[in-house]
Amino acid sequence: MLHWLLTTGLLQLILAYLATAGFGVLLNIPRRAVNLSGWVGAAGWFTYELLAVLLPVTEDAKLAIGNLVAAIVIGIASGLAARYKHMPMIIFNIPSLVPLVPGGQSYRVVRNLVTGNPDAATHYFVQVVIIAGVIAIGFLVAELVNRIAWRLTNT
Amino acid sequence: MTAQPALVLQTTLLAGAILLENGAEIERVEDTMHRIATNAGYPDAQIFVLLTGITVSLPATATSQVRAIHRRGMDLEKVDQVNTLSRQFAERAIDLTEFARRLAHVERAVPTFPLSWLAVAAAVVSVTLMVAFTGHATPVDLITCALAGTLGFVSYDQVSRLGSIRFLSEFIGALIIGLITLVGGLLTHSGYHADAIIIGAVMPLVPGVAITNAVRDTMTGNLLSGPARAIEAVLSACAIGMGIALTSFFY
Repeated sequence: MLHWLLTTGLLQLILAYLATAGFGVLLNIPRRAVNLSGWVGAAGWFTYELLAVLLPVTEDAKLAIGNLVAAIVIGIASGLAARYKHMPMIIFNIPSLVPLVPGGQSYRVVRNLVTGNPDAATHYFVQVVIIAGVIAIGFLVAELVNRIAWRLTNT
Repeated sequence: MTAQPALVLQTTLLAGAILLENGAEIERVEDTMHRIATNAGYPDAQIFVLLTGITVSLPATATSQVRAIHRRGMDLEKVDQVNTLSRQFAERAIDLTEFARRLAHVERAVPTFPLSWLAVAAAVVSVTLMVAFTGHATPVDLITCALAGTLGFVSYDQVSRLGSIRFLSEFIGALIIGLITLVGGLLTHSGYHADAIIIGAVMPLVPGVAITNAVRDTMTGNLLSGPARAIEAVLSACAIGMGIALTSFFY
């Protein structure tokens, strides 16, 4: 476990940080938010990878649980970042989603349909539905947590 | 304080339009517009936001205005600026006239990253995600992926600046990624993973965020705008998939 953390885990953390910061630049987020949003994205992807290693379940279940928990982590972290930087949450949670969102799968659905592999297309389509659904639910849960935390700290 | 109804309508609509055109969710647009109207002295303002148009009406003065939304993109800097202005207006730091003037300025000129930065960012996104997803990182993979990701995104960006033909930019970007991968495959002999390179290089283009936002919009009760967003995302996934598939027949 410690070995995984120090090799693959650390590498994935850095990769996700760079990917999120880069995607933030593509979405033209304010310059002073690039660094922090990179770390929010790294936290989300690291959670996902960690769960993928730890959970003894099937591939699709890993996809669902991993993305759900990662989306909750991203939602809560972007809520904190938004309050700290006085910026809307969308600046942190949209770029941070880039490693998780089913963009690659959505293109693979079309590609496999065109090249005559309907079975592979169905497989990827199922993944798109699972991932998009659990990320949306994860954000709802994070929103609830943020509101409760907001109420507790302001009374 | 109750301001001029016409100015309230225009300011509210413009703020909503900037938010909607630059990637905010429907619920955020409605919420921000409602705050602005309330702070301008019209708490009973009726606001109706669809993905393709916004309506605001002030029942007290029997007036309303509509604004159509034709293009949608992603520019979070503008979302942040509208948010900041709206907050300043709520704190009475600026009045409605000043708010309207600054909003018009936001729509025309905000800081953007120069194209060279965008090219580097596209390369970084492509390469890091290729390694994170597939674990392939031979030198040819890294170089081809950086090249394909950069040129794919730059051509996508340039074509979408050219004009209003929708989905053409995604198609051309994907086509160029496919071509570069194809040429790379012909030039090298070992340690080349075409699928990994493509999955990395298309990451700056694919509508992953759009799909997720479609689900989120639908979940907050926007039963028209959510599915509309999903259709937009499906079409752009089709354009990208077609572009890659056209070149993938050759290897």
